[in-house]
Amino acid sequence: MIVRVALFATCLGDRVFPDATADAVRLLRHVGVDVDYPAGQTCCGQPALNAGYVREARALARHTVRVLRGADYVVLPSGSCAGMIRHHVPTLLGEEHADARAVGDRTYELAQFLVQVLGIRTLGQGLVGRRVSYHHGCHALRQLGVRTEPVQLLEGSGAQVIPWEACEECCGFGGLFSVKLPVVSAGMADRKLDTLPDADVVTSADGGCLMQLSGRARRRGVEVPFRHLASLLWEAVA
Amino acid sequence: MSDTGPSGYPTAAAEAIRSHPEVRAAVTAATRTFDAHRARAWAEIDPDAWRDWARDVKTHVLTHLDRYLEEAEASLQANGTQVHWAETAEEALDVLGRIVAIGNVRRVVKAKSMLSEELGVNAYLEGRGVQVRETDLGEYIIQLLGEPPSHIVGPAIHRSLDDCRTLFHEVLGTPLDADPDTLAAAARAALRSDFLAADLGISGGNFLAADTGTLALIENEGNIRLSTSTPRIHVAFVGIEKVVPGFEDLSGLLQITSRGATGQAVGTYVSLLQGPRREAEPDGPEEVHVILVDNGRTRLLEDDRAWEALRCVRCGACLNICPVYRQTGGHPYGFTYSGPIGAILAPGLLGLAEAMPLPYASSLCGACADVCPVRIPIPDLLLYWRERAVEAGLSPVTERLAVRGFTAVARHPKLFDAAGEALRWIPWELGGRALPVLGGWTEERTPPEVDHRSFRVRWKEGIE
Repeated sequence: MIVRVALFATCLGDRVFPDATADAVRLLRHVGVDVDYPAGQTCCGQPALNAGYVREARALARHTVRVLRGADYVVLPSGSCAGMIRHHVPTLLGEEHADARAVGDRTYELAQFLVQVLGIRTLGQGLVGRRVSYHHGCHALRQLGVRTEPVQLLEGSGAQVIPWEACEECCGFGGLFSVKLPVVSAGMADRKLDTLPDADVVTSADGGCLMQLSGRARRRGVEVPFRHLASLLWEAVA
Repeated sequence: MSDTGPSGYPTAAAEAIRSHPEVRAAVTAATRTFDAHRARAWAEIDPDAWRDWARDVKTHVLTHLDRYLEEAEASLQANGTQVHWAETAEEALDVLGRIVAIGNVRRVVKAKSMLSEELGVNAYLEGRGVQVRETDLGEYIIQLLGEPPSHIVGPAIHRSLDDCRTLFHEVLGTPLDADPDTLAAAARAALRSDFLAADLGISGGNFLAADTGTLALIENEGNIRLSTSTPRIHVAFVGIEKVVPGFEDLSGLLQITSRGATGQAVGTYVSLLQGPRREAEPDGPEEVHVILVDNGRTRLLEDDRAWEALRCVRCGACLNICPVYRQTGGHPYGFTYSGPIGAILAPGLLGLAEAMPLPYASSLCGACADVCPVRIPIPDLLLYWRERAVEAGLSPVTERLAVRGFTAVARHPKLFDAAGEALRWIPWELGGRALPVLGGWTEERTPPEVDHRSFRVRWKEGIE
């Protein structure tokens, strides 16, 4: 039976990390998944919700559910937006939108989908010899409970995952938080950067976190090789 | 503390991070140690079962609060304790003022009490010519420095060992290279005479058992026991949310508090106080007063979402794990209770407008919810207060317009795509910083290089 997936690219996945999003498509196809990219998708509404704009968040949640309803699975190259669709969207829309719960229940972050739904443990041996540090995005970790899946895939594909004392700490992005309290937000990124272990590449399932960490690293003049998890896992295949 | 209250948070936090990196270093190191101890202590027990139990006990009490408060009052009185009710900070201080005047009190020793900080007890007493001495080591340090507490459990958490060496050298004459034991011994010697000379001891209360009228206090230094038993009068300020149904609930609640706070199975000293000295008892106060304080708690309890914050046992676990709190410690919050719990208590206790922007002082990472021993849904309540703030028109106008504009555009995919194209042409390094909302991002970070071909375009072209 062919597994069909609706890809939700997310705002950052569309504009800032199009390579990683394309790599997610390649990965899914490589493991035999039929990928669709439903037309009309925009923003899931998370930034609005997190800043307290519930009416606006609800409008975008409604739009997103309309775009995604009917999909067997929804997969995102982002734990944060996946957490929004899985947990907040059904609550926001409640009884008003019967499809919201159904869409939420079928929504997965990429690594979570590969491991939990498809039962995949390796994508190849392309990461043999690579020393990787993994940053846990807060919502992947705490809303979706995705802790072991990305590490399993990385290690299963030959990478050595290097321990990082701050790997489960927030990078300081937090959507509008990073704009409203820029100095606090940057201080949080500094704590992450200051504790980075000696690794070949730093990866995460969330583009927002990578944008925050790489943006701060560049501002400080530090060169850190960041790579989205989707792209790193695609390297494992090659 | 921020002089302007919560509204000064953004400026005070930025100032602390930029100008006082030593505060961030001290707070980060101490909170990480606290948190590691907490994690170890909770791994020894079935954490979910204990947290469910503690949540249920506190929820039950808060949904039957009037009944348990009346029972507690009767039990306290049966033990010979005088009970006072205070709706506001002013009323609470008036009660204290009367006790001080009638008892001809000149010297007061204080055990650590966050409620007394909330009420402003020290300033009030000093204003009336009463000498006040904080006897918790951390509180003693910040009293000497003239600072408010920076943490619920570790009030001097923002200060380094070297800060204390310098301070004690100046005040107590200890050597500048004194080790921590020497410093503690010097404080102990200095405080001993204060204990013996005090007419009145002030404490808070971790829990108040309604059925027996037992006031339970946890500590590690022994100063609470001395403060509550040596002076002839003992006054305890107790928030009305601190009552619990029965004496038997204390064993579990004392443990979850200690495990959450310091990672101990239980504090070194637990005092279970049953009123004044009885005949034939060798020590204890002649008079005991319990002042039951509301000060905004009933208003918070009436809020059908935010009331859950009142379950808080003040262990500080949410502060210790909070990456935002770790950047600055508690002072920039401008409120007695800082960190995640402070951000959801402030709107309830002070009123939302007064508490702004504390509900926004969080990246919503969710770590606090994972460690709360009474399962307060802190991130949900932060979101709740933000929603209320937007409803009340308390969010910045530029932000409101930006979010509404973004939403209007995002409801129309073609418009959204066109707007995304436009983003690429913003000259970030030149004029981009002046943009509302987005401009704030580039203040501390280099913006990403936005790819010239969006994923949408690539999908249309076909992904190989």
